[in-house]
Amino acid sequence: MQKNTILGGKKARSAVERSAEVIFTICAFFAVLAVFSITIYMFVNGLPALGQVGVLELLFGTVWKPTAADPSYGILYIILTSIVGTSLAIILGVPIGVLTAIFLAETAPKKVSAVIRPAVELLAGIPSVIYGLLGILILCPLMYELEQFIFKNSETHQYTGGANLISAVLVLAIMILPTVINISESALRAVPQNLRAASLAMGASKIQTIFKVVLPAAKSGIVTAVVLGVGRAIGEAMAISLVSGSSVNAPLPFNSVRFLTTAIVSEMGYAADLHRQVLFTIGLVLFVFIMVINLVLTRILKGGSAREK
Amino acid sequence: MKNSICQKKIRVSDYILHGLIIVSAAVTTLLLVGIMCYVFVRGVGQVNWQFLTTVPSTIKGTFGIAGNIVNTLYIIVITLLIATPIGVGSAIYLNEYAKPGKLVRLIEFTTETLSGIPSILFGLFGMVFFGRTLHLDYSILTGSLTLTLMILPLITRNTQEALKTVPDSYRSGALGIGATKWYMIRTILLPSAMPGIITGIILAIGRIVGESAALLFTAGSGYLLPKDGLGYLEKIMESGGTMTIQLYLSMSKAQYDVAFGIALVLLVIVLVINILTRFLSRKFDVNRI
Repeated sequence: MQKNTILGGKKARSAVERSAEVIFTICAFFAVLAVFSITIYMFVNGLPALGQVGVLELLFGTVWKPTAADPSYGILYIILTSIVGTSLAIILGVPIGVLTAIFLAETAPKKVSAVIRPAVELLAGIPSVIYGLLGILILCPLMYELEQFIFKNSETHQYTGGANLISAVLVLAIMILPTVINISESALRAVPQNLRAASLAMGASKIQTIFKVVLPAAKSGIVTAVVLGVGRAIGEAMAISLVSGSSVNAPLPFNSVRFLTTAIVSEMGYAADLHRQVLFTIGLVLFVFIMVINLVLTRILKGGSAREK
Repeated sequence: MKNSICQKKIRVSDYILHGLIIVSAAVTTLLLVGIMCYVFVRGVGQVNWQFLTTVPSTIKGTFGIAGNIVNTLYIIVITLLIATPIGVGSAIYLNEYAKPGKLVRLIEFTTETLSGIPSILFGLFGMVFFGRTLHLDYSILTGSLTLTLMILPLITRNTQEALKTVPDSYRSGALGIGATKWYMIRTILLPSAMPGIITGIILAIGRIVGESAALLFTAGSGYLLPKDGLGYLEKIMESGGTMTIQLYLSMSKAQYDVAFGIALVLLVIVLVINILTRFLSRKFDVNRI
């Protein structure tokens, strides 16, 4: 009987309560644990090669011949390719993305945006390998023709069959579109309606209102969209691993190039010893880039919310 | 008359900018339509019963992705079994137990960071930590553990959002009539937040199906079906490539027909997942009102 009173079983109940709280706390620390162990593993595996090859020689060397008899591990071109490729993809993708977001949030009739918005979401869900597949079969042949046309009289040009920096940049630009569109659109929608009304009442046209009032007001959201786009572009591997070519060169438009990510994907399979360790160093460089982008992002988000208060 | 307010001033720049907006939207839409149509046209001839239900056979010279489909299912199930409780638990802690402060900020920052790490780096980490340090080698388990880290933020965030929409009056009501906190969470909060949790799970399935870089060096590329009996369990420790991995491998061997067949299957799955999440979030909204 004792058991069924409101006083009974209190001990057992509080034991359950305690353990529930402890279990949830442990769950929450999983993310912390994961990030810390990833950080530690990236550094532990990436740093030895820096010591063995030499920091300057590795990071600023331009010759990448890991399997030669006298191997050379310079990854400068790989780093530069990632930076140049990502920037170009952003320059190309962000305007289209932001303008599409404006279309969806501001100018489109409701029925039209009800069709396009799910389409954008679908674009985000398509597996990256499919982008790569289409890149190889559609983009690369086009690029090859362009290449043959431009370098018709050149003696020194090495033909890439269309797998070059431009192809990779185009694929990346398409892949960042959904990210940019979604986040810019919600930023535009968050702009208070009375700002628009005030601007229109002052006699500004709709387009003037959008570009001079709404866009500046949504600035921090759009910057977030760009930063996330950078993160997605610099980390993408599978879509561009076959589209970007297979040798390490300076990041010029018609050169076959390797990105940080594609170097890892295409060489990890057969790399051994020092070569393998250098690939981990490439992973470390990528990791550092991503961490910097993340910190920038938190800064922006924090700055944005501080201003709102 | 020229300067009357009744006459609309024509601004050329307005027309240009408006034109650009429409062109951009059209480009985005055409890209999607183009991609879907191209994959459909090239893939539809490849997909048939034999393609979906057999494994590749050199003797018969046929190709099938049954093994890859089974591997994908294995990885989805195992990953979700591990990630869902942790993710939901973490969200419950953040929303219901934790007091705002440094600790919460640390957990939220790391969750955010985790979702920003590119999948290739998860792949590297999984290969070294689960594969080599824990001696799981190339196996479905290694792949699942790696993906667990990747989808954890997705599930945590969706659960958190769902928990936030549960009105506070539910909580105080339950606590007020004498329910303990855990009882309140179990019987009031979790059922109310269920649509959000399920949306998170479906989104996670979408990510797992589309993932390739994180699996290439962790789950490997095995394509055989599990053997009968104990084989179903042993399969967890064997290498197994998902459909995306097989697509990548076919693509790098220039077997484009096979690749388009798999691409079509993947697109259909992505489409179904998209429709499901839409349906769920709509249902979710109705419940809130």
